[in-house]
Amino acid sequence: MTRLPSGGRIDRSRTIECTVDGVPLRGHPGDTLASALLAAGRLEVAPSTYLGRPRGIVTADSGEPNALVQVLDAPEPMVPATEVELRDGLAALSLSGVGRADPGGEQRCEKRYRHADVVVIGAGPAGLAAALAAGRGGARVFLVERHRELGGALLDGDERIDGAPGVEWVARAASELAALPETRVLTRATVAGHYDHGYLLVAEHSAPEQRPAWQRLWHLRAQRVVLATGARERPIAFPGNDRPGVMLAGAVRRYLRRFGVRAGERVVVCTTGDSAYATAFDLVAAGASVPLLVDARSEPPPALQARARDVGIRVRTGASVVGTSGAHRVSEVRVADINDPGRAEVVECDLVAVGGGWNPAVELARGPLTWDPEVSAFVPEQDAAVGAARGAFGLADCLAQGFAAGAAASTATGFGASAPQAPVVEGDPAQSRDHPLWSVVGDEVESFVDLQRDVTVADVRRAVDAGLRSPEHVKRYTTLGTGSDQGATSNVLGLGVLAALLGLDSPGASGATTARPPARPLRFELLAGRDRGALHDPVRTTPMHDWHVRAGAVFENVGQWKRPRHYPKPGEDMAAAVLRECAAARTGVAMMDATTLGKIDVVGPDAGEFLNRVYTNGFAKLAVGKARYGMMCTADGMVFDDGVTMRLAPDHYLMSTTTGNAAAVLDWLEEWLQTEWPELSVHCTSVTEQWATIAVAGPDSRAVLARVAPELDVSAAGFGFMEFRNTLLRNGIPARISRISFSGELAFEINVASWYGQAAWDAVFADGADFGITPYGTETMHVLRAEKGFVIVGQDTDGTVTPLDLGMDWVISKRKDFIGKRSFARPDTARAGRKQLVGLLPVDRDVLLPEGAQLVEPAASRTPPVPMQGHVTSSYRSAALGRTFALALIRDGRRRVGEVLHAPLGDRELAVEVTDPVFYDPEGARRDGHQPG
Amino acid sequence: MLQIPCPWCGNRDEVEFRYGGQAQVAYPEDPVALSDAEWAEYLFVRANPRGRHAERWVHSDGCRRWFDVVRDTATNEFAS
Ligand SMILES: [Zn+2]
Repeated sequence: MTRLPSGGRIDRSRTIECTVDGVPLRGHPGDTLASALLAAGRLEVAPSTYLGRPRGIVTADSGEPNALVQVLDAPEPMVPATEVELRDGLAALSLSGVGRADPGGEQRCEKRYRHADVVVIGAGPAGLAAALAAGRGGARVFLVERHRELGGALLDGDERIDGAPGVEWVARAASELAALPETRVLTRATVAGHYDHGYLLVAEHSAPEQRPAWQRLWHLRAQRVVLATGARERPIAFPGNDRPGVMLAGAVRRYLRRFGVRAGERVVVCTTGDSAYATAFDLVAAGASVPLLVDARSEPPPALQARARDVGIRVRTGASVVGTSGAHRVSEVRVADINDPGRAEVVECDLVAVGGGWNPAVELARGPLTWDPEVSAFVPEQDAAVGAARGAFGLADCLAQGFAAGAAASTATGFGASAPQAPVVEGDPAQSRDHPLWSVVGDEVESFVDLQRDVTVADVRRAVDAGLRSPEHVKRYTTLGTGSDQGATSNVLGLGVLAALLGLDSPGASGATTARPPARPLRFELLAGRDRGALHDPVRTTPMHDWHVRAGAVFENVGQWKRPRHYPKPGEDMAAAVLRECAAARTGVAMMDATTLGKIDVVGPDAGEFLNRVYTNGFAKLAVGKARYGMMCTADGMVFDDGVTMRLAPDHYLMSTTTGNAAAVLDWLEEWLQTEWPELSVHCTSVTEQWATIAVAGPDSRAVLARVAPELDVSAAGFGFMEFRNTLLRNGIPARISRISFSGELAFEINVASWYGQAAWDAVFADGADFGITPYGTETMHVLRAEKGFVIVGQDTDGTVTPLDLGMDWVISKRKDFIGKRSFARPDTARAGRKQLVGLLPVDRDVLLPEGAQLVEPAASRTPPVPMQGHVTSSYRSAALGRTFALALIRDGRRRVGEVLHAPLGDRELAVEVTDPVFYDPEGARRDGHQPG
Repeated sequence: MLQIPCPWCGNRDEVEFRYGGQAQVAYPEDPVALSDAEWAEYLFVRANPRGRHAERWVHSDGCRRWFDVVRDTATNEFAS
């Protein structure tokens, strides 16, 4: 056991029992899984992902590349053991790089949206100072801290502030922040992304004792962001630097100080700067031996050397560890002069504490980064970064910068604040410069840069040898920094190695790679929150929806609407049901819920003129009481939407749109009214949900209507095609009934206020019962309209099709201008050889062409690229035709009627004859139905 | 996520808006009078600067009003 008898910030009064890989593990509240493993002497974790090399715990923070675990009981896929707080019953599985996705569903995930004046990221001394200064001014402040405790590096050191230990200053700051009414402190909260205009995503976790566990995603909009994210220690690339027992020096110290865990008994410290001396001194004080401290600098500060000598630590300067040995854990290191790596001394040890310098944690900085040669690291240019995040590692500097930045942020957001007097700091030795050491001469295949990706110096050299120079290219070539740790420990080391291989002075010469959110992996479950299952997307249903459900309808999603697709009877598949429904509409009577069609009220003295400009055909002269089919194009002349519009009054039209395009059409109308034609006095209002619509189609529909609407003259003479009437249904419901047809049959559409929808439906269904009235769905509607050659915008068109391509020249007005008209004279829209709408009849009458199938000349070579002649847009079985048929867009199609084309489908070739697109009742004789005789 | 200044509603999240492309590209008075090239220029050619860009947005989930703003395409800062 390496748990020290005292010390650390853990609760030794209570013992926690959990398991890792099924093996029992004990620890205390305050432990992480990593500290408990180390305390139990279990340094080694799962082998590396790609090379299968033994690996151990390296860090004490979220950048841990090796010790990844899957939490089984929470569940949580692939998290660093350094981030998992110990709790009773915790069951974890160590992972070799790859976790198992869990569908989730057990854990409570929720979202909160807040505005803040100032968000301070990181609650070390600089962040605490910033939050205090900003919060005292009255600003709304969020202080976001990743760990369970505030204080950052102050929890690991001996510094004193205003005469008291650092932790006491932290406690005072915490209680002051808690008392500030507009300040909120989030702990166990990780900022995953910092986006435009101060938008932050923060993932907050519950404390381990809170059951059930929860997670919360904060969406914060901040006016000012203060980055106090601290710094991360970087390793050094020497041969065997991935062996279990090679740890970062700061992590070794943190395990001692925060968790009372001595990670090794005999420790070689290998450093390029001052900070690792503190680790060496703490180790000796904790009873470990430090046989050697190797400093890359030729002249380290004399005071440090003297203190080392006083506690019995030999210091070797101008040198580095140049190799390690050991079976599953380091057992000895080789140490040599940097300038003379050939002659190495061998030192026995069970741990190597490596301090390769400190990189400001800048992944959340939004501005440019610059290389600071003083600290040998990239630092943010903007002054919103404070403390170690800006390369200031002294405590006095951290506090001063934090106070200043907090006060400035508060002032900038309209709250008066001045920076507090900087407190007196003791035990904060002046830092001397690091001597950056990226890699030592030696076996590059054994010198690791990115432990999570198993990227070595040899890999970086291979990238350079391949001619790559840009860090972004080398990153992608080697996968350096692309692991789940996002290169937290490896990225700057990799840039340093690259710079050295390129012969550059420093990584500053090649620049840093761009960090992109999320800075840490986020669970999809957390991003979704409660927006899942039925809450994922709004569901729109018609007033008759429950009836459709009871009738056994199979639904289809159209936009957010649920529409009955067909109503299968027992034993029927879709094809059988649709043939039956089609036959009913063609030979008897059938009814459909058409409520979902978009409906827009267009009102105002200029409504007619407005519709004339947006429709390709004329509407200004449409008589009140009449309806007209209209088509809209975009300015480039392509079909945008279509539908029937009624004129209810001289200044009032009711436009219908396709179901899926209703919102886009309203947007379109408003855009033109607001931006181009503000002089037109017109208002547009969506009334889709105010009306329920029932289509009644078929030769017997007149007889049914006569019963449903007894006051109405439903005769062909009394109620003409494309007319509408206001009337009362027999059950007293006011209705607007129009005679329009999307099937070619005699048909009526009954519009009633939506709250009458079900009653009107019931009346039609009852009055049609002895005619065998048959409810039909969207699939039948599609077949009926396709038999007539009526297009569906968005199915038979795709934004590259003009009305002329559809053969609908009649819908293009010659007498007025409208959106898109000029484009019909453009060379591209006027050229021959455009794709045109045609019908297709498969030569084999039973074969159903797949929609989307490509069509080619039978004689064309099948060696790619095969010239494509067009594609199938709609394809069905027809009860009326007794065979299959299709619609298609085909190059120069109208001139090819009668030709045979082929649809190659895998190893089959389907032959199809090109036909006119109108298959059924081309004379339009059925529109008026039976004449009452 | 951008925070977009609606002149009627104030600053609102980007998700409430729809982008309408470059601002001040007027629909031609008389399209018939334009050459094919001029009409094609109106239809298809838009500025794509790095830096200040006048653009149109509509506050579609809010007041539904169209408005013009100047945005720096490199920094996403809106000029007032
Ligand atoms: Zn608005």
